Amino acid sequence: MTTHATRHIISLLMENESGALSRVAGLFSARGYNIESLTVAATEDPTLSRMTIVTSGSEAVIEQIIKQLNKLVDVVKVLDLNDGKFIERELMLVKVKATSAFRDEMKRMCDIFRGRIIDVADGSFTIELTGSGNKLDAFIESLDKAAILETVRTGASGIGRGDRILKI
Amino acid sequence: MEQSTKKITGAEILIRCLHEENVEFVFGYPGGAVLHIYDAIFHQDKFKHILVRHEQAALHAADAYSRSTGKVGVALVTSGPGATNAVTGIATAYMDSIPMVIISGQVPTYAIGEDAFQECDTVGITRPCVKHNFLVKDVKDIASTIKKAFYVAASGRPGPVLVDIPKDITADTCEFDYPATVHLRSYNPVTKGHLGQIKKALKLLTEAKRPMVYSGGGVVLGDASAHLIKLVQSLGIPITSTLMGLGGFPASDAKFLGMLGMHGTYEANMAMQECDVLLAVGARFDDRVIGNTKHFLSHPRTIIHIDIDPSSISKRVKIDVPIVGDVKSVLADMNELIATEKPAQNNSALAAWLQQIEAWRGKKCLNFAQSSEFIKPQYVIQKLHEVTKGDAFVTSDVGQHQMWAAQYYNFDKPRRWINSGGLGTMGVGLPYAMGVQFAYPDAQVACVTGEGSIQMNIQELSTCAQYHLPIKVIMLNNRYLGMVRQWQEFFYENRYSESYMDSLPNFVKLAEAYGHVGMQITKPEDVEGALKEAFAMKSRFVFMDFITDQKENVFPMIQNGKGLSEMILAEDL
Ligand SMILES: Cc1ncc(C[n+]2csc(CCOP(=O)(O)OP(=O)(O)O)c2C)c(N)n1
Ligand SMILES: [Mg+2]
Repeated sequence: MTTHATRHIISLLMENESGALSRVAGLFSARGYNIESLTVAATEDPTLSRMTIVTSGSEAVIEQIIKQLNKLVDVVKVLDLNDGKFIERELMLVKVKATSAFRDEMKRMCDIFRGRIIDVADGSFTIELTGSGNKLDAFIESLDKAAILETVRTGASGIGRGDRILKI
Repeated sequence: MEQSTKKITGAEILIRCLHEENVEFVFGYPGGAVLHIYDAIFHQDKFKHILVRHEQAALHAADAYSRSTGKVGVALVTSGPGATNAVTGIATAYMDSIPMVIISGQVPTYAIGEDAFQECDTVGITRPCVKHNFLVKDVKDIASTIKKAFYVAASGRPGPVLVDIPKDITADTCEFDYPATVHLRSYNPVTKGHLGQIKKALKLLTEAKRPMVYSGGGVVLGDASAHLIKLVQSLGIPITSTLMGLGGFPASDAKFLGMLGMHGTYEANMAMQECDVLLAVGARFDDRVIGNTKHFLSHPRTIIHIDIDPSSISKRVKIDVPIVGDVKSVLADMNELIATEKPAQNNSALAAWLQQIEAWRGKKCLNFAQSSEFIKPQYVIQKLHEVTKGDAFVTSDVGQHQMWAAQYYNFDKPRRWINSGGLGTMGVGLPYAMGVQFAYPDAQVACVTGEGSIQMNIQELSTCAQYHLPIKVIMLNNRYLGMVRQWQEFFYENRYSESYMDSLPNFVKLAEAYGHVGMQITKPEDVEGALKEAFAMKSRFVFMDFITDQKENVFPMIQNGKGLSEMILAEDL
């Protein structure tokens, strides 16, 4: 059993009821589990919400997190995406300085990372970028810090590959 | 299923739901947000409402009703301060997995969020200390929510469930239709254990050289005592119990090694440490039980763990053979396997192991120096056992007196020992005794308490008077917050910071002021006679103030951070 912390993406389906989110958030804070990000929205079945939680911990801690989540009465299903193959995506919006001297450079960086410029203003671009957390980090790293005006990230969403399906 | 086409109020619906659930007692306290409910209570007589003197006591009494009967306890409180006063009681029940349904009033739906008079976010405040909670937003949801609440509270690993009902919802009307069944797609507790795992466990246990059973509160809550006794007897292996499991296996049986843990017996802790195959049943390896985890794990052993709650397994200690399931059903499966397969055991090794255990038992770690001058608290409990023929329900508060009650009463039956193990809530003792006495009006109910703890819910002497509860309070009065003082003696060089109880009331007069019988006992030779006299007063509440040896300590004791086999014994000092 590994005792060092590894990053896990946990997906879960829960009853789409008021307070459901606070039960999960409360569980993590009460038991001292770490949350890197948490995203939640209703699914195609409006009675269910799907949540993606990015956390880290030793194997024992992750095992407890899964069990504790399953124990919540509103939680229908829990899946540790790291138990198999999965795809992870996160969306980031970055507003960068795009004064004449920077404009071409920004456009080029954006192309390299396959981002899209979705808003153009006099002195700035807003770039939309989707990818794994690492890719988004890499994009930020590659920009001149002084050029970054604002960033906003959704937190990761994850889905199993192939026929790994989380559904009831 | 009861059905009617007549529209009735939400309050009436709630009462009908409680009737459908065969509720016998509702422990509560009225207030603005629950006035409609109290009016509906006025018009019914199927259950009895017990008016306590503080909401905390309502929760504890409902909790003890449940602990002693196995049924769901029910409490009713108003919004705001009613709900916050209930929180300690809810958390206490939650920590010990007690099935309860708590109904709290809430300000009207249209006022929620406006900081209305007596508004608080009860669902938010209680969320971390309930199994589940609900806010009812429509009168049509009352019946289904109450049905779910009872089901969730009592099934799986039990626990308290709170239903918060805004006042306007209790005035709104609709037809009453109580669902016959309930299904929650998100909640499906496991009951049957995995047969393959059970077989594996049995093989390990029978082949073991030094097998041991460690039984917990789950055995009591799961009504698995008879099955556990059968298993232990057919395998002939030793057994220890946690504080919460006491009575799950008869203390008078030779296989029983006494309680384990921080104040466990020498033989139980040594055997727990040195066994090679451990069967944990409905227990959770908590810090008061296994001491220092590293020290515990330094001794190799194979651990089998039966528990209804998957999250209890491998939480603090890695488990080799997990069996998730209802303890009763799993133990029944094990017993059946033993009956059909008659597995051979490692008899010579087992005999040597039992001999080793007898040697440990020979230490007589619970012996204490008798005194002709001071009343020894342990002696009071021994005499309590004798006078009640070991057949009383014993509730306790929290402190040294609790440990002495656990160590010296020798519980032979489950659901007889009622105390707060997980949260360790001072103040539970008297309301616990009330809950038990309501459930068993003719039984002997003793509340073992300390002069510190009793004052945390002393107002309930009034409730006891109102309902003529013939409880016997056995107060071990050491004029100290004894357990705190003991720690200060051991770990803070006798600096007794704020652990002395000054300005104690005259408890005899206090009891008398409420119309009860009060007694003060100061001499060892009077202990037995006084107890006999008190228990002979079958219809009276008797408050017994035993002035005990002030500085007596609880032994054995495992200091914080130490391992199971590193106990301090009375003889060491
Ligand atoms: C509500 C609450 N507050 C504080 C404590 C901490 N505490 C544990 S035991 C104890 C002393 C109890 O004193 P007493 O009731 O006189 O019992 P004794 O230990 O003297 O037998 C205290 C203060 C607690 N368990 N519960
Ligand atoms: Mg005391």
